[in-house]
Amino acid sequence: MSEPKWVVGIDLGTTHTAVARASLTAGEGARPEIVSVTQLVSAGSVEARPLLPSCLYLPIASEGPQRLPWDAERTYAVGEYARSRGADAASRVVASAKSWLIHPSVDRRAGILPQGAPDDVERISPVEASFRYLEHVAESFEQGGGGTLAEQDVIVTVPASFDAAARELTVEAAMAAGFEHLTLLEEPQAALYAWIDTMGDRFRKELRVGDVVLVVDVGGGTTDFSAIEVRDEGGSFELARVAIGDHILLGGDNMDLALGHVAKSKLVAAGKEIDKWQLAQLVHAARNAKERLLEGAALAEASVAIAGRGSQLVGASLKTTIDQDAIQKILVDGFFPRVEPGARPVVRARAALTQIGLPYAQDPAVTKHLAAFLARQAGAIAGAIATSGARAGSPGGRAPRLLCPTAVLFNGGVMKSARLRDRIMEVLTSWCEGEGRPAPRVLEGADYDAAVARGAAYYGLARRGQGLRIRGGTARAYYVGIEGAVPAVPGMDPPVVALCVAPFGMEEGSEAGLLESEMGVVVGEPVRFRFFGSTVRRTDRVGHELEDWSETELSELPPIEVSLPAEGRRQGEVVPVRLVASVTAVGTLVIEAVPVKPAKPDERWKVELSVRGDGDGARPAANEEAAGQAAGDPAGDAVA
Amino acid sequence: MTAPADLSFGTRVWFAWACFFRVLFDGAFARRAFDVREPHVEPARLVRGRRRVASPGDDGVESELPRPSMEGPRVAAEIEPRHLAKTVREPRPDPSDVAAAREVGALSLLALLQREGRFVDFLQQDMASFGDEEIGAAARVVQAGCRKALGEHAKIEPVRDEKEGDRIEVPVGYEPSAVKLVGNVRGAPPFKGALLHRGWRASSLSLPELVSGHDVHVLAPAEVEL
Repeated sequence: MSEPKWVVGIDLGTTHTAVARASLTAGEGARPEIVSVTQLVSAGSVEARPLLPSCLYLPIASEGPQRLPWDAERTYAVGEYARSRGADAASRVVASAKSWLIHPSVDRRAGILPQGAPDDVERISPVEASFRYLEHVAESFEQGGGGTLAEQDVIVTVPASFDAAARELTVEAAMAAGFEHLTLLEEPQAALYAWIDTMGDRFRKELRVGDVVLVVDVGGGTTDFSAIEVRDEGGSFELARVAIGDHILLGGDNMDLALGHVAKSKLVAAGKEIDKWQLAQLVHAARNAKERLLEGAALAEASVAIAGRGSQLVGASLKTTIDQDAIQKILVDGFFPRVEPGARPVVRARAALTQIGLPYAQDPAVTKHLAAFLARQAGAIAGAIATSGARAGSPGGRAPRLLCPTAVLFNGGVMKSARLRDRIMEVLTSWCEGEGRPAPRVLEGADYDAAVARGAAYYGLARRGQGLRIRGGTARAYYVGIEGAVPAVPGMDPPVVALCVAPFGMEEGSEAGLLESEMGVVVGEPVRFRFFGSTVRRTDRVGHELEDWSETELSELPPIEVSLPAEGRRQGEVVPVRLVASVTAVGTLVIEAVPVKPAKPDERWKVELSVRGDGDGARPAANEEAAGQAAGDPAGDAVA
Repeated sequence: MTAPADLSFGTRVWFAWACFFRVLFDGAFARRAFDVREPHVEPARLVRGRRRVASPGDDGVESELPRPSMEGPRVAAEIEPRHLAKTVREPRPDPSDVAAAREVGALSLLALLQREGRFVDFLQQDMASFGDEEIGAAARVVQAGCRKALGEHAKIEPVRDEKEGDRIEVPVGYEPSAVKLVGNVRGAPPFKGALLHRGWRASSLSLPELVSGHDVHVLAPAEVEL
């Protein structure tokens, strides 16, 4: 095994993937640089571009292979061509695979994508889609003469909001792509690393001990918040990621879609008919108009023109305009409204869904999601009242109602617009001042598109001792649910006690203590435990018991499951075990069951994080068979 | 580079004899022999495109290396590269390859502008019966798309940075292909005159690479909705 020459950062995004590398042989002066990804951009033509759209196209057999310079027989296409096929052959295009990776109610290893694809499409799983993007990146990197990625130090970024199972699936995809030296890094941390890299030594002047940096990352498909605190740790400067937000499926695509509909309704009002393909073109044209209008406030309106489908261009092209009023009303006030800190995103009951879809955010107001995040994480700063907002208001001093940042780092394509950044700052300032805290400042010099990939590569250098590191650890505490043994009462679930198995902030490569409580596991039969995570309970130690909790504190995750092999034991025997959690060097959570009376030394069984969905018929139509099994018998599902 | 050793007298006699008949009966050989007689006339013709990626052991570009010994018949078969090696150091591509590459470049640029900005549609359509409103809508599609495509694939900058209308000086030794003198053209540089058009220069161009097997003549595929 040769020494890695590069540290490679891969921003495996919901809509786009970016790659950066930094030399490990160049010594001190090494800086991360973006690496273009060679990809099909249209049928038969290949280009290297700085971004690889995270889309995969599964062509019909008669279209033949999707040739790449390094593979003449490829049966699918990844990248720009796949993205463009999304407009005219949408049913064969996989998009937003990453959002499916964290979807709790589908089997993420099952072929479920593209949703609603025709029968002749061999569907792929969200994990496979992620693998294909990473594989493509690896092949392109190798083509570019960088050596194989298997030999390099690879950092793949994930949203801070990814739970343990989604992280594990990302690792599974990366391992399939052959990355042997892999580490996961949270995207908002990567964005801050990129900023530190840009600032060089100046960053120590920009950040002071006591600062709380809010990272606001609004990308094409998702919105992610994190808070990072600047601490003085024994005289040295330390950064610690103290809070993460929920996974919010809301981003620039929503904004473009909204403007596309504005343009469409104008055209419809003028008596034109707009089909699906034209709407896709309108959305695309609206994005360009949006960028021009956001850039130049002096520009009163921007035209949106789309061509007809046929070769006759003149006469079939449609033109309308989007004006500043629409930008202000829909984008600025619609997506970033001025709200009180008490505002919360609206959640309404979904209409009956015939087919399972992505859990898109129902409330488009980014600022309301932000308010919810800051309120929930009010207790995030060390020294603040120990538990969450729900328990706050305890005697002895008022608990903070809001986590008040002192600095804000923006990231993601949407945040390129100064007007949208200004609106967020205006809202944050009013909230902080309402709390009697100073207004936060903006960390200038952000690189909105490429920061995550660059920052990931920088992190690779930093942990080799060439820069500052952010202390993170797991962003959640994890709990197993134990049902109390009480007589059954109709209409009432038996009470569940949540036992902390992995405390908040476990560092990579560390192990939590054994959970004292013993659990009975039946040999030869899979046993499931209910599983919970909390992004706010920072102080619970292993074994901490929770009898009741609010939904903002603990959220239920798909169950975990252990099967004891019969080795040396009788089938059906009940074996008492204890659970122990650890975090791997890669950054994934592992829970193991340790028998109280081991049959052999160091006997342990891995407890699987379920990624199969909950089986309540919540699967897409393609998986009816499997879903039927699962709904019938949970244990059967486990065996399948 | 060391030139390969000359042929021995005996070999030359044999070779002259062999050539005599081959020139007489093999038109293609005659043409090649005729061409290498004055190698600078069209030397590039002797190197086929595929040879430029000769692997070790292949006799393509390797012919520049000295060869210690040659057997007669083998030499005859290799007349082209050996002569080339003596006279031409930088093998130039076959003119037919150059023409093909130029065609691929031009066609892929057209395909790109069509794909991104419906350029070919626009030029191919008869506009006589349309009003300015309709032409304007189409022109916006074409302009927005082609501008983006051009911006992503070429770096185009003005030849002169001054404002149009300014009086500028055209120095001695100016590049006539980059600056065109118009109006009352006489005398010798330096010239003083008004800048009418700033000119454009493509300082870089990178077109999509075509995947083998793709028909470059298809600028846009027919689209059939099922």
